[in-house]
Amino acid sequence: MIKIFRNMKSRDVWLSVLCLLLVCGQVYFDLKLPDYTAEITVLISSEVTEMSEYITSGAKMLGCALCSALLTVVVGFFAARIASDFSFDVREKLFRKVSAFGSAEIKKFSTASLITRTTNDITQIQMIIAMGLQMMLRAPIMAVWAIIKIVGKSWQLSAVVAAAVAVVVVSLVVLLTVMIPKFRIVQKQIDDVNRLTEENLSGIRVVRAFNAEKYQENKFEKANGSLMKTQLFTGRGMAFLSPIMMFVQSAVSVGIYYVGAVLINDITIPMDGTAEAMMAAVAERGVLLGEVVSFSSYALYVIMSFVMLLMIFMMLPRAQVSANRINEVLDTEVSVKEGIANGSDETGSIEFKDVSFRYPDASEDCLKHISFTAKKGETVAFIGATGSGKSTLVNLASRLYDATDGEILIDGKEIKEYTFETLYEKVGLVPQKAVLFADSVKENVSFGNCGRNVTDEDVDEALDIAQATDFVQALDDGVNSRIAQGGMNVSGGQKQRLSIARAIARKPEILILDDTFSALDYATDKRLRKRIATDCGDMTCLIVAQRVGTIRGADRIVVLDEGEVVGMGTHDELMANCPVYKEIALSQLSEAELA
Amino acid sequence: MPERNRRPSGAPMRRGPMGRGPMGGGMGSGQKANDMGGAIRKLVAYCRNYVVWIVLAMLFAAGGAVLTIIGPDQISRLTDYIYDGLSSTIDMDGIRSVALLLVGIYLTSAVLSFLQHFIMQTVTQYTSRRLRGDIDMKINRLPLKYFTEGAIGDVLSRMTNDVDMIGQALSNSLATMVTSVAQFIGCLIMMYYTNWVMATTTVVATIVGLVLMVVIMSHSQKYFTARQESLGDLNGYIEEMYNGHDIIRISNAEEEVLEKFGSLNQRVKDANFYSQFLSGLMQPLMTFIGNVGYVAVCIVGAALIINGDITFGVITAFLIYTRLFEQPLRQIAQSMTQVQSCAAAAERVFDFLDEEEMEDETAKTKQIGKVNGTVEFSHVKFAYPSAPEKEIIHDFSAKVKPGQKVAIVGPTGAGKTTMVNLLMRFFETTGGRILIDGVPTTELSRQNVHDQFGMVLQDTWLFEGTVRENLVYNTEGVTEEQMICACKACGIHHFISALPHGYDTVLSDNTAISAGQKQLMTIARAMIQNSPMLILDEATSSVDTRTEIITQQAMDKLTSNRTSFVIAHRLSTIKNADIILVMRGGDIVEQGNHEELLAKGGFYADLYNSQFEETA
Repeated sequence: MIKIFRNMKSRDVWLSVLCLLLVCGQVYFDLKLPDYTAEITVLISSEVTEMSEYITSGAKMLGCALCSALLTVVVGFFAARIASDFSFDVREKLFRKVSAFGSAEIKKFSTASLITRTTNDITQIQMIIAMGLQMMLRAPIMAVWAIIKIVGKSWQLSAVVAAAVAVVVVSLVVLLTVMIPKFRIVQKQIDDVNRLTEENLSGIRVVRAFNAEKYQENKFEKANGSLMKTQLFTGRGMAFLSPIMMFVQSAVSVGIYYVGAVLINDITIPMDGTAEAMMAAVAERGVLLGEVVSFSSYALYVIMSFVMLLMIFMMLPRAQVSANRINEVLDTEVSVKEGIANGSDETGSIEFKDVSFRYPDASEDCLKHISFTAKKGETVAFIGATGSGKSTLVNLASRLYDATDGEILIDGKEIKEYTFETLYEKVGLVPQKAVLFADSVKENVSFGNCGRNVTDEDVDEALDIAQATDFVQALDDGVNSRIAQGGMNVSGGQKQRLSIARAIARKPEILILDDTFSALDYATDKRLRKRIATDCGDMTCLIVAQRVGTIRGADRIVVLDEGEVVGMGTHDELMANCPVYKEIALSQLSEAELA
Repeated sequence: MPERNRRPSGAPMRRGPMGRGPMGGGMGSGQKANDMGGAIRKLVAYCRNYVVWIVLAMLFAAGGAVLTIIGPDQISRLTDYIYDGLSSTIDMDGIRSVALLLVGIYLTSAVLSFLQHFIMQTVTQYTSRRLRGDIDMKINRLPLKYFTEGAIGDVLSRMTNDVDMIGQALSNSLATMVTSVAQFIGCLIMMYYTNWVMATTTVVATIVGLVLMVVIMSHSQKYFTARQESLGDLNGYIEEMYNGHDIIRISNAEEEVLEKFGSLNQRVKDANFYSQFLSGLMQPLMTFIGNVGYVAVCIVGAALIINGDITFGVITAFLIYTRLFEQPLRQIAQSMTQVQSCAAAAERVFDFLDEEEMEDETAKTKQIGKVNGTVEFSHVKFAYPSAPEKEIIHDFSAKVKPGQKVAIVGPTGAGKTTMVNLLMRFFETTGGRILIDGVPTTELSRQNVHDQFGMVLQDTWLFEGTVRENLVYNTEGVTEEQMICACKACGIHHFISALPHGYDTVLSDNTAISAGQKQLMTIARAMIQNSPMLILDEATSSVDTRTEIITQQAMDKLTSNRTSFVIAHRLSTIKNADIILVMRGGDIVEQGNHEELLAKGGFYADLYNSQFEETA
């Protein structure tokens, strides 16, 4: 928790210290108030008839109240400033950090978790700071100060307050220790209910085809029922809270007045004594009465402070969890670091030299001793079963991961030597899963920076090559049409084509296509490949594919099996001497068609 | 986690399902219902079984409030005793009896308040459970067309956020409103009953404060909205960018993205600051107003005492009244926003519950048992109800003999899956008929139709449960042998046996099963179900080609002697089909077996040949 505050700017730290001082002042004025209340009470009880005295005391009291209110506002101002500044800074740091992450780190945390950390967790922290600066500082100061104020006065009255505090603390602690574990269970049960609903929704066709509606409903009812039981328990338990608090607050006033009455009564008025002695005794009683009145106010302050303290203790663990989750991200070392080279002598060549790769925490290498080269303008294809390492291989070529062993050379230089900017000007990757952003088609295609201006003509040309012109023109605003978040308003095949267009518009030296044709029908696939061959002829192409038809024209086909190269050559060569390739090919095409 | 729903973008992002902890809270989402009265009325009607309890709880709430108000009157008697005895002897007996009475009053009030909370919590939880249950059952009664993309997040959000919102309003706002109104009126009466001058003083001081508060509140509303909106935008952006992390990296777009993020973040920062500061103003302001009231009561009270109009106890009583009077007004204001959000939530929930359901079929008595498997499509037409003018399937006819394998091919969007949906009566035809063994499917119950088909889909739908539960899924009377036999036929028995608990292994996201194994499990599931006919909708396209060979073998076993409908991308999988239906733009453009179609040299031949052509 403390650790995360190291991210605070020094200005905000000083502001926080200032807040502390201001809160002290605020508590001072708050606690001064009952003194004036007492003063007015004394005035009334001693039957002072001078209105001006009341007004003076009233004015003093109001002055105090005003000062306290003003200080609270100022503290509130600073607290809001600090909290929003802090969350701004941490969010930015977190976002920058995540941007610098390689795929390994992203995978380690999972994207969903990183999103929650950057959104919900930061909001949590922000809330605790904003509340903390007002409540967390105030409650202990208030509690201690109020206790100091009353403790010297009358132990009997103090005992009443102490008893009340004890009741509040004990009942709250008991209640919360019973309830908090249940709240966790509630969270889990809500997740269960959600999961079952999601399950039913995502498998709705299967559920219906199997006439399994009742089956699903029974499962759901079970989860729903347990959720209700737990919530009933917590709800009923929490029903104790406010009546107890109300009762203690009211009862403590009665208790103080009652004890006060006893104390006042104990001051005997010497009936047979002198008039002065009598007057003195009465005056003493008046002062005591004033004290009793102010005591009842202090008592409320003390009780309220304790309630606040307990609330904070309840909130802290949650914030603590959030803080840890944020720290975890900030403390993670970025594994893929950029180099310094920003140029090279060759263009368009890529070479793998005995490259092996093992995912972090994996027990086995996922790629073993891979070597191959591709020269400018060549097309190298990769084929193999799922899990054979094809995608990993192209991810290494685009440095989303770093190879565990061996070297990858692009244009004759080790890939790690380049700055990211230079590297990604050379390499254009179309990932397996097409990602589009909520922006116009044009912005999506010309996304990012490739060392030159992507003109409208470039965009149009790329769309044309990617076979996307037809459907883009059919959209309401052509290239200026907006893509919905997650590309919801275009089909899977259209997404893939736009994603391909994005890579082509960058005009990279090396174009990497990671199984990007799977959502396209054969006819489109064919036209697309033809256009890439004619219009991007000087680009070196690395193509991952599942269909033999897609890659049979490649200069070189690399056949992967369980992370190893089991064959390399042209289609005809492989048909002749690579059994794995032949098996794949035959599963898709008949002998006659392959001939 | 990503929550997408059908609300227009720009609407404030709502809490995710996990958003709120036990002590969360804060302001409502600020959404307003289109028809607040209607929504509330529906909610009331929905709760009618609990009306007696609710009324009882409200009586308790009102009773508790009245007792709280009597309190100050007694406190005033207490202080009067002390004050009167100040210069002689205090009547301790009197004090004792008043104190006891007070404790009694407060205790009763606490008990009443507890009972009210207890009852309302119970009502709330039962109602929430019923709402959730009804939503869940509704899902299964809605036509499939309702569940387009994005509907999942939407339904989930209604199930959790909205029901939660309604629950909160039920358990808090209702009682708070009743208590507050009772307290407010009672307080007013008691104050004027005690002393009208002091009463007026309190009322004026409080109202001035309230007016100020309302001004600030209405002023700050726009900042709250701005905060919700800017935060929604920012979170949406973060979600999007994290999901596209690799693309940003390889497009050298970090700077661009950071810049946009920075400006969104800045907007959140500003909105956060204003909304937090303004909401922070409320509390000191109210305290200050309270103090002004206090001083006013003291000074006016002192003047009255000097004149001998009132006793000291009256001041003490009024000091408490000022607090009791101002409190309900503030609470009413707060509850109002909650009631608004509740109405919006109720509207969304009831809108969903009122959605048009599938036609009721309890009247249909016609049943078919074990069918031969003749299927006839006769002039089938279909258009989505939302766009009746845009016909998707135009006049489609075909006849399938028992045991035949029918393949449906064609480019994406040609209407292949729609055909299957019509066959299963997930959608209803807009014209023509589909007959199974000569019986129109519309004369049968949907359940009866579903019983005739086993289905294997592209998305391998497995749920969190044991392997056995996933395999046997809702099929009755399946023996262990039958299950194992099916798994052996699909070549997954060995793999399942190797799992930590064999067939009782619980499948979850962490279980290491490949896409191919998942697909094989769904095939085994269809095999176990043993229906007379089969539908395979792109069942192998998420599987790589080598795994596909195994899957293909499993499917061949499954389809032998069964009328089956196969949708496939890879034409190699359907070459041996008895009938191939070639679809394009909603029409069956060609029909025949592989050889016939190739010989014809039409669309199918083009499609087929395109996978072999050389490029590069």
